[in-house]
Amino acid sequence: MFYWLQKNLPKIAIAPSFAVILWFVYGFVLWTFYISLTKSKMLPRYEFWGIEQYFRLWSNPRWFNAVDNLLIFTVLFVAICLLIGITLSILLDQKIRAEGFLRTVYLYPMALSFIVTGTAWKWMLNPSMGIEKLFTDWGFTDFTFDWLVNRDMSIYTIVIAAVWQSSGFIMALFLAGLRSVDDEIVKAAKIDGASLYSIYITIILPMMRPVFMSSIVILLHISIKSYDLVIALTAGGPGISSDMPAVFMTQMAFHRSEIGLASASAVMMFLTVLAIVVPYLYSELRRQDANT
Amino acid sequence: MQTLDFQKMENIERSTSRKKTFYRWLLFITLGIFALFYLAPLYVMIITSLKSMEEIRQGNLMTLPGEIIFDSWKTAWSGREGIDAGNVFLRPFFWNSIKMVVPAVAISTFFGALNGYALTKWRFRGDNLVFLLFLFGCFIPYQAILLPMARTLGLLGISNSISGLVLVHSVYGLSFTTLFFRNYYISIPDEMIKAARIDGAGFFKIFFKVLLPISAPIIVVTVIWQFTNIWNDFLFGSSFSFGEAAPIQVALNNMVLTSTSVKEYNVDMAAAFIAGIPTLLVYVLAGKYFIRGLTAGSVKG
Repeated sequence: MFYWLQKNLPKIAIAPSFAVILWFVYGFVLWTFYISLTKSKMLPRYEFWGIEQYFRLWSNPRWFNAVDNLLIFTVLFVAICLLIGITLSILLDQKIRAEGFLRTVYLYPMALSFIVTGTAWKWMLNPSMGIEKLFTDWGFTDFTFDWLVNRDMSIYTIVIAAVWQSSGFIMALFLAGLRSVDDEIVKAAKIDGASLYSIYITIILPMMRPVFMSSIVILLHISIKSYDLVIALTAGGPGISSDMPAVFMTQMAFHRSEIGLASASAVMMFLTVLAIVVPYLYSELRRQDANT
Repeated sequence: MQTLDFQKMENIERSTSRKKTFYRWLLFITLGIFALFYLAPLYVMIITSLKSMEEIRQGNLMTLPGEIIFDSWKTAWSGREGIDAGNVFLRPFFWNSIKMVVPAVAISTFFGALNGYALTKWRFRGDNLVFLLFLFGCFIPYQAILLPMARTLGLLGISNSISGLVLVHSVYGLSFTTLFFRNYYISIPDEMIKAARIDGAGFFKIFFKVLLPISAPIIVVTVIWQFTNIWNDFLFGSSFSFGEAAPIQVALNNMVLTSTSVKEYNVDMAAAFIAGIPTLLVYVLAGKYFIRGLTAGSVKG
């Protein structure tokens, strides 16, 4: 008995955590999936209703609007973060004296919550007293900047604040990648007469493929989950013009008593993340295996 | 030495080519403009919080306060005297967050270390699959577990309480902490463990006497990561708590939303800054570990 205990102690030690993960992650996801197949409204009901909720979801204009917004947001957020992050990392890689300080400045927004970020940007984007007033005070009297209360533009204010918060992180990832590039390659290319610009474009950036991959996965992941920033900055408004799937889900779950529909939307989000993460994890793990 | 050489090199560059100087300046100006872009919201937040509403209406975002007043800070932190109901201020919620963060970070870090240790130093059949199942927990969109979690908290009788939030954060932090410690312990030579085993040390003795004493760096990284995430959380806080049990981010959001007759931007900004101070401080004091956590938490998992 004692020997058995001793032999299995590692498993026994990890068992509670593992059980917790199995229950709270996998069990809960399954529960949500099952509820999405029922008629549940305010309280869960367990009789099977088929995929009716998914039909309801995909014929719901508000959901379409949220998905639309997510697409706009994701494309812009990922593209701009990559652009700024890569540019900054390359500029910082030019043996800058104040590099440490600048890096700290570019990255500090990551330490702030989305609620703090949203609150600060909400004030800066205030249509009458924020950036608009700043520019009129500076002499641009015709300047208008009302995106926060403009139905067609509100989604872009979320892009601005999200880029502000996350682009420094992409800079840090790429900078770490650039630092691992062998100096000899660059020197050799310079001797061959290549310009710095072409060295980066043709030699170094293609070597950053893994960093690109992980950056894109991280950014996609952030954007699918975006919730806090939307709530703090626009609360999905004006109207539902800056609604997103995560906001839709909590609205249906906690305010509209539509937990069946909410679960269906959560399952859609889950599947989207799955489609992005599983291939990524698979290639990551294979790469690690190849390295060892 | 290196910097001296570097300066010499730079001097040569300067004297030989004007074009290079021009590019150098362009480089610095670009970097400077970006620095201003990132710093602007912090600057605006701070100066707005130090102005009176009168001054805010007269000036603009960038104008410095004519007279620095800390009234907004006081109002944001402890409210105004003799004011109507619905007057939200941060002090009690700040303590809520502390009471939530400390146990949740401690629990998730301890079990993460134990899991990482068992997964790397006492390999067993199926350990890779177990790790993969942990790892995937880092990625799930929490919307997929919100509803069953709300019910579970209800059944346990801890919905809308700090203990409920401690449970939620401990559980969903486990994936990250296990990942951190597993990746750290895998690089520690197995010989250390073998030697201790020959000396007759058992599973827990090796963990506490051999491994934990050399785990300081990863403990710091994990604690900072967990602290930042839990402090900054809004989704769990707003879904599982309201009223008095809310953590600070939820309170901040309520404060900004529930405006009485006149919107007080200076108080909002002071409140936002107060809610951001703890994580900002950690970032400034231990930036290196913060970044290490970010890259470890995201790139590899």
